[in-house]
Amino acid sequence: MIQIEDVTKVYRMGKVEVRALESVDLTIDDGEFVAIMGPSGSGKTTLMNIVGCLDVPTSGRYLLDGTDVSRLSDNRLAKIRSRKIGFVFQSFNLVARTSAIRNVELPLVYAGVRIRRHAARVALEQVGLGDRLKHMPNELSGGQQQRVAIARALINDPVLLLADEPTGNLDTAASAEILKILGALNDAGRTVVIITHEEEVARFAKRIVRMRDGRIVSDQAQRIRTEVSA
Amino acid sequence: MNLGEALRVALRGLRANRLRSALTMLGIIIGVASVILLVALGNGVQTSVNEKIQPLANLITVVPSVGNVPGGAPPKDLIDADVAALQDKTLSRDIAAVIPATSGKALVDGDAYRYRANVVGTTEQWLEVNNQDMSAGAFFDEAQVRSTARVVVLGSAVANYLYGDDPAAALGKPVRINRQTFRVIGVMQSVGEPGDGVVAMPLPTVRRYIFGGGDKINQMIVQASDANAVPAAENDVIRILSERHRIKDSANRDFEVQSLRSRLDTFNQILRILTLFTAAVAAISLVVGAIGVLNIMLVSVTERTREIGIRKAIGATRRAILEQFLIESLLLAGLGGLIGVLVGVGLSVLGANVAPSFGPTFATFAPSVTIPSVILSFAISLAIGLVAGGYPANRAARLRPIEALRYQ
Repeated sequence: MIQIEDVTKVYRMGKVEVRALESVDLTIDDGEFVAIMGPSGSGKTTLMNIVGCLDVPTSGRYLLDGTDVSRLSDNRLAKIRSRKIGFVFQSFNLVARTSAIRNVELPLVYAGVRIRRHAARVALEQVGLGDRLKHMPNELSGGQQQRVAIARALINDPVLLLADEPTGNLDTAASAEILKILGALNDAGRTVVIITHEEEVARFAKRIVRMRDGRIVSDQAQRIRTEVSA
Repeated sequence: MNLGEALRVALRGLRANRLRSALTMLGIIIGVASVILLVALGNGVQTSVNEKIQPLANLITVVPSVGNVPGGAPPKDLIDADVAALQDKTLSRDIAAVIPATSGKALVDGDAYRYRANVVGTTEQWLEVNNQDMSAGAFFDEAQVRSTARVVVLGSAVANYLYGDDPAAALGKPVRINRQTFRVIGVMQSVGEPGDGVVAMPLPTVRRYIFGGGDKINQMIVQASDANAVPAAENDVIRILSERHRIKDSANRDFEVQSLRSRLDTFNQILRILTLFTAAVAAISLVVGAIGVLNIMLVSVTERTREIGIRKAIGATRRAILEQFLIESLLLAGLGGLIGVLVGVGLSVLGANVAPSFGPTFATFAPSVTIPSVILSFAISLAIGLVAGGYPANRAARLRPIEALRYQ
């Protein structure tokens, strides 16, 4: 489903060229649960930006769900993000002063869906926040905010759920809860890609891709998936 | 992104920064309100002046020039034959009536008091042509003019001075002018100075008993068939009189022609320019208001950079972001414009109701709101929203999602 072929990404910071990705090849199939690991500066965030269609590669090809998205315009990328990708960020990134349910509705707004209330309510109920619909982000705990973000990421039924350090700002209990939800989603057939530098988090995935200096250094399937005890 | 959602987001943004939004709107409110108020003021003055002058607008006054034209022929007087020529329908179709008058200062003796009045000898049409009314008795009629009747009609100030407040008290009283006795048959309503100091009597009567002067007259009031015919009638007067007085060069004219209409046109033109000018000055505050909107929208975009990033990550297109911010600035400026219209119209209506209570002079300045100024100033406020919001909105729309998300 995700096919990255010989992708290179070069940033120009003033006069200095930064090669964030160096001819990366990566294929992720439907229903996989992949953790992308690496120290900071390893290129994992750049890779996520490209996988998430937030950025385009300098060279190489990226096929998402059969479509080449590596040369698309800003607007086409926005439409791909709207239809195919759900994001979960480290800092939750809920829209401030906007209730949980309206946050969850937002992707539907941009996808042009007119009747949204019900779908948003169902999505929030699925992440266990059926009683927090009208709460503002600042009235929710970190774990609750991240669950709203997950509900929002799932509302458009994306082919790929992309989580960037989803537990980075959470305590152990909340982290476990979020990981449990992600695991359950994967069990239900959703493709999940998670970016992390925490081994415990990565151990939870079915496959771990390790990066260093813009290259993939190892790519291994895990036979035993750690169950989270929460 | 649908409109309802965009409006809700915009309202939320404005509510979140109430004071800031209100202050920004104030710029637009002041601008729109002052444009409406100033135009209403100019329009009010124009309307009330025109209302007063309109009934007189088809009048043309002809008077003999004073003094000799150097090197020219000796000036000819205006005489009855000139009046007859102007009245000749075969010579001019645009002249409806010609009222001759001869006037001068004279002492008027009542029972106990003496008044220095402006005595006018004229015809029975004079009252109507001057748009005046009687407060007691009647004006002299055609028969009294033909019979050189010894009757006078007093202006209100004359009647008041000689016989007291009640105009009816003057009726039937004898007055003496130039050692001749005349009977008061009517008193005119007040029109303000200097018209109230007039004593009117039939033209032949004045000539025979007071000023003499044969067939000379010193003023003609020419009534054009309607206000629009004034320029044509004016040309006819000049043409006919120039012919009769054998004047080839307009510089040698021995008479002067003035029409209220042309003076009214000049007045209106000056007032219109003045109104436009003051409105333009007021519009400067709209420019300042526009800069306020621009400024606040730039701040808003910067503050919400991260939010823009989030929205883009979850599928907002450039257009959706552009629309969101454009609608926000349109709402800001439009709401300001709407309140400005209400304030401007409110102040104008208040002024129109309060001004007359300060006296007739202030009544002239009672503002009267014009619909075009309301529509135009509201449209300008919307345009401000569009233009001042356009640049910040475009900046927001062009933000790259990864950079916007990284913004703290």
